[in-house]
Amino acid sequence: MAEEIKSPAPPPPPEGEKKPAAEKPAAAAPTAPAKPAAPAAKPAAPAKPAGPVPMPWTSPLVEKYKSQYGSGLDALTYLGQNYFNVDRSLIPDILRLLRDEEQFDYCVDLTAAHYPKREKQFDVVWILYSFPRNQRMRVKTQIADGATLPSSVSIWPTANWLEREVYDMFGIQFDGHPDLKRILLPDGWKGFPLRKDYDILQQDKEWVQINLGIESGQ
Amino acid sequence: MSSPTNDHKNEVPKRSLSNLDLETPDKTYLDSNELIINMGPQHPATHGVLRVILKLDGERVLGTECVIGYLHRGVEKIAENRTYTMFNPYVDRMDYCAAVSNGLGYCEAVEKLLNVEAPPRAQYIRVILTELNRIASHQLWLGTHALDIGAMTPLFYTFRDREEVLKIFERYCGARLTTHAFRIGGCQYETYSGFEKDVTTFLTFFAPKIDEYEALLTTNRIWLERTKNVGVISAADCIALGVTGPLLRASGVKWDLRKAQPYAAYSKFDFEIPTGENGDTYDRYIVRMMEMRQAMRIIEQAVNGIPEGPIMGKVPKVIKPPVGEIYHSIEAPKGELGYFIVSDGSTQPYRLRVRPPSFVNLQALDLMVRGLLVADVIAVIGTLDIVLGEVDR
Repeated sequence: MAEEIKSPAPPPPPEGEKKPAAEKPAAAAPTAPAKPAAPAAKPAAPAKPAGPVPMPWTSPLVEKYKSQYGSGLDALTYLGQNYFNVDRSLIPDILRLLRDEEQFDYCVDLTAAHYPKREKQFDVVWILYSFPRNQRMRVKTQIADGATLPSSVSIWPTANWLEREVYDMFGIQFDGHPDLKRILLPDGWKGFPLRKDYDILQQDKEWVQINLGIESGQ
Repeated sequence: MSSPTNDHKNEVPKRSLSNLDLETPDKTYLDSNELIINMGPQHPATHGVLRVILKLDGERVLGTECVIGYLHRGVEKIAENRTYTMFNPYVDRMDYCAAVSNGLGYCEAVEKLLNVEAPPRAQYIRVILTELNRIASHQLWLGTHALDIGAMTPLFYTFRDREEVLKIFERYCGARLTTHAFRIGGCQYETYSGFEKDVTTFLTFFAPKIDEYEALLTTNRIWLERTKNVGVISAADCIALGVTGPLLRASGVKWDLRKAQPYAAYSKFDFEIPTGENGDTYDRYIVRMMEMRQAMRIIEQAVNGIPEGPIMGKVPKVIKPPVGEIYHSIEAPKGELGYFIVSDGSTQPYRLRVRPPSFVNLQALDLMVRGLLVADVIAVIGTLDIVLGEVDR
C-alpha cells in the first residue's frame, strides 16, 4: 500500500497525469449554461481556456469532513457534480460516515479507471445517492497496483456484485468481501481486461493459437 | 423433523456455492433432501442466458447463485477503442428491448460532458420515443412474464400491440429494435410527415388494449395465486441492494429519476409516479401497468406541445469533450441506467462505465426467492424484468 506519498494538495489533483493533454478542446466550450447550479464558468485558468475545471466544492457537509480529515480529503465539483477525492486510508470510515451521518443510503455504482503511467495506478469511484437529500456525490480514491481496498459490502450490500466486477475487470482486491471471484468472465480467464495494458486482441490471438494451432490473422 | 445428519452437505461443490453455504439452515424440512439444480443457461424462463444454481430442499429454495457473463461482449472495453460517435450504436445492444432509452442516456451523458444541450424540439422527440419504448419494453415484459407463469394469451396480445410501436420506430429511423435514434447533441432525423398522427393514433389504439390486458390478468384467480406475496422485497432491502425502477416503486418508494432529477424535457410534463405497497410480484405488475398509462399521458402532452425549431444542438463535427468525468443517469424502463464517462480530452472515452439496472436488480433475486418454491423462481425472474444483454454487457 503506497499511502506514504500523499500529494500535498495542488488545487486540482485528481488526474495528475492527464492534465497536460488538456489544452486543445476549446472548441467544445459551453453553449448553454443549462446545468442546475453550473460551476462559475472558466475561472482564471492558466491562459488557455480548456473547458471547465474542477472547482472546490463548498457546503456544510464538506466543512464538517474537511475539519475532521484535513488534507486527506479534497472536495471538488465539476459541471455541477460533487465529489470527494480522499486518501486510501480513509476509505472504510468515510463511506460509512456518509451513509450513517449524511444519509447517502444508496450506492449507485462502484467502478474504477486505470492510469498505467501513474504511481497509484487506479482510480476507484463510488457513486452515491441520497434519497432523503435527493443528492448525488462521488467518492474517489487512488490506489497502487496490488494494493487492496476494504470491502464496502457491509455498508451497502449492493457492493457485492459491483466489487466482484471491479475485481474481474481490474484485478483490484477487496478485503473482507464475502466471495470475491470473477463475475462476468469465466474463472480461467487470464488478465484483467479493462486495464489499459490489456490488448483487445490478446485473448483472441491466444485462443486461435491454442485451439486452431495457427497464428491469428488479426 | 428428524435429526439433521449433515453428511450430504459435504457433497456440495464448495467453490461455486461458497456464497450459499453461509446461510444453510441446519435443519431441513425433509431429511437429506437437499438438491442442487442448474436452471439455465438454456432455459426459456430465464429470459436469455442466465444460469441460476438453485439449492433446494424438496421444492423449497434454500438459496440461489446466479452465474452470468454468457453474453459478455466487453462493451466498456469497446468504448475505449471507439470515438464517442462510433460508440453510440453499441449502447442499443445492451438492453435491446429498450434501445431508445440506452441511447438517450448515452447521448445526454456525452452532452453533459460537452456542456451542450439538445434543442427543445429534439428533447420532445426524445421523450416521445423513449416513452414509446417504455411501453414496448413493458409489453414485452408482460407477455413473457405471463407466459412464464402459464398465461399464454397475453403474449399474443402484447406482441400484436408492440408491433405498432415498432412500426413508428421503423418509420422514424429505419430500425425496429436497435434504433440508434438519437445523436450526441440532438436527433439526426426530423420527424417524418404524419409522425404526430401516427403517435396519436397509437395512443387511441392502445388505451383500450391496456384494459384488455388487465381484464385477462388483474383479477384472474390463477394470476393472483401465483403473484400475490411472491418475491416480496421491502423498501429498505431495495435501497440497500440498489434496486431501482418499478421494483423499488412497487415496494412503496415514490422515486423516479424523471421527477427526482429531471432530464430531457420531463420537467415540462404532468405525470404521476405509480407505487405499490407490498413489494410483491403482483404489485410490480400493477405498477408497470400504471406506468404504461402514465407513459401514454406523457406522450400525449409531448405530441401536442412539440415545439418547432432545430433538432441538432451546436456540437462540433469531431466530438472531443474536455478533460473531466461525469455521471449521468436516466430512468430506463428497468431502473436507473447510468453512464460514468472519463474523458482525457481525446476523441475516445478514456473510460466508460455503464451502470446497468438489470445487473444490479438481479442481485436481489437470491433474497426474493429464499423460502419460495421452484415455480416461484420463474415468477420472480420474470418480475425482475432483466435483459441479459444488459446484465452481461
